[in-house]
Amino acid sequence: MFSRAYKTAVTLPPLVWVAAFLLTPYLLMFCYSFWSVSAAQIIVHHWSLDNYRELLRVRVYWQTLFRSMWIAARVTIFSLLLGYPLAYFLSFHAGKRKDLFYQLVIIPLWVSYLVRAYAWKTILGSDGVLNTLLQYVHLTEHPLQFLLYSPFAVVLTLTHIYTPFTFLPIYAALEHIPRNLVEASHDLGATPGQTFWKIVFPLSIPGVLAGATFAFVLSLGDFLAPLLLGGPGGIMISNIVVSLFGAAYNWPLGAAISFCMLLLVVSLIFLSEHLERKWGFS
Amino acid sequence: MVAIPPSTAEPVLDTSAVTQKTLLSIRNVAKHFGKNVVLRNISLDIAEGEFLTILGESGSGKTTLLRIVAGFESATSGEVWMGDERLDQQPPYRRRVNTVFQHYALFPHLTVQENVGYGLRVAKRPVAEIKTRVEDALATVKMTAYAKVKPSKISGGQQQRVALARALVNRPNLLLLDEPLSALDANLRRQMQLELKSLQREVGISFVFVTHDQEEAMVMSDRIALLRSGDLEQVAAPREIYSRPATAYVAQFIGHTNLLEAEVRGGIARCSSLSWPVQVADGPALFSLRPENIVVVSPATPVVSGRVRVRGRVVNQAFHGATELIRVQCADGLVVVVRTPSSVACHAEVELEFSPADAVPVRKSAERN
Repeated sequence: MFSRAYKTAVTLPPLVWVAAFLLTPYLLMFCYSFWSVSAAQIIVHHWSLDNYRELLRVRVYWQTLFRSMWIAARVTIFSLLLGYPLAYFLSFHAGKRKDLFYQLVIIPLWVSYLVRAYAWKTILGSDGVLNTLLQYVHLTEHPLQFLLYSPFAVVLTLTHIYTPFTFLPIYAALEHIPRNLVEASHDLGATPGQTFWKIVFPLSIPGVLAGATFAFVLSLGDFLAPLLLGGPGGIMISNIVVSLFGAAYNWPLGAAISFCMLLLVVSLIFLSEHLERKWGFS
Repeated sequence: MVAIPPSTAEPVLDTSAVTQKTLLSIRNVAKHFGKNVVLRNISLDIAEGEFLTILGESGSGKTTLLRIVAGFESATSGEVWMGDERLDQQPPYRRRVNTVFQHYALFPHLTVQENVGYGLRVAKRPVAEIKTRVEDALATVKMTAYAKVKPSKISGGQQQRVALARALVNRPNLLLLDEPLSALDANLRRQMQLELKSLQREVGISFVFVTHDQEEAMVMSDRIALLRSGDLEQVAAPREIYSRPATAYVAQFIGHTNLLEAEVRGGIARCSSLSWPVQVADGPALFSLRPENIVVVSPATPVVSGRVRVRGRVVNQAFHGATELIRVQCADGLVVVVRTPSSVACHAEVELEFSPADAVPVRKSAERN
């Protein structure tokens, strides 16, 4: 067994790290959310629930939060629709090329987020690749305006960026399904379709839940894609937080929104983990 | 020269199953994985109601042969027929064949009764029928009490029974069992061997059982098909395969034996200083002599006419419960293994005796790596 000193030496640094760079900032943020800003732009350390009342009162916060959740929900659905078949194909039918395909899915993750977001900007813009092509083949006369600076552009970009994150846990779940279960199902007379819906899919649900949680949580908190591609109609809740901490100089209100977001995300993760355990079979 | 009556071979104890109607016919099946030849030209018939064991070492191709019958692998060449229906071109879910997998392959998200009812549900049988058939199947394998439990909550032996019920509930024409007992401990294994055998008699379905355990094969089978590196060495009833092994490999794989490399001339086989009358053609020949067919006799007893006598010294002994196996070195260096009911001291001088009829001529097995 390991000595007490060794255990302390190994566990202490990460604990200090988490305390200093995770717990303390959250605690500070929590404190800030009860403070306020004076007319002279100074943070007043006076405790009150005013910021939370403000959040409940002003409709734009609610609307933006719901829009963000609606965008995140669409991103989740589309990345599941793309990620699941891809993971299924790779896991069950890719044969020897499995590793190659897997790498192809992973490679985009090495490319900077910004580059990928800008790539969509060049594709979707008025003079972008897509509009130029559509006009060239005379499908449209004028550039389609809804392509860029719209919730559509945000959903599209976030789906592109977060699909690998849904793909990975689904792929892992599918890879864990013993292949003799599939054989047993066929052996007992189930067609490939029946086998998928009765055996493979139920057993992959923990992966689907994990993937959906990734896509939803990551896109809910995203602010770069709406900033670059969202336009006025595609603003998300994080953009409001950014501007509250920046131009508006209202850190307490920004902290209050952040704390609500944190609560929402943490409860989602707990719910998802609970469901994964419920659906997990060992 | 001693004349051997022609009927020295034991009557072949063919079970009635063999003479019955053929259920499954494997015809000239070969399987190649790339350059690797796993099965060569296998032909084998399985009779209705027969318990046939495919016996072989790991890598002999026995599981591959089973998987070809089940439909999980396709044969490189050859055909599999069930009655007048060609099976090898059907997907596994259209074959009236069910499998008990080596690691049971129970569906972990379904309860025991849902597992057992799976085949009937996908076949869209009426709910009431499914219910009674599942109950009957669970009763047959004595698992009724665990109907609503998930497979992860029951023991290996119990999972085994559930896997069996899940396959049998579909009333297949043929049940395939891929080393189903290999994960169980020795006691449970012996118990399950007997249970499986009596269950097979009860339901009357043909069983094709794959194992690497020759003892298991002997206990359970009507016939044993011994597979070696993709070739069938011999297909015969357990008693016949034991007492009349066709090849040296069969003789050595099933039980203990002494392989005597002899030279036959004029109806007399000679191996070192031993010689005995035989009915095989002149030339080199191999004989299998089982340890229990050699007896230790006291030097005082007179030599019975027709029996072969040899002197030797015991070089080691091993206790096997009811019997002992001793290795005896004869004067000329030949070492034979002898099974004796009584203990013989190591290094003792002994006289050995055997009947020429028990030295069974066997074919030399082809060299394989």
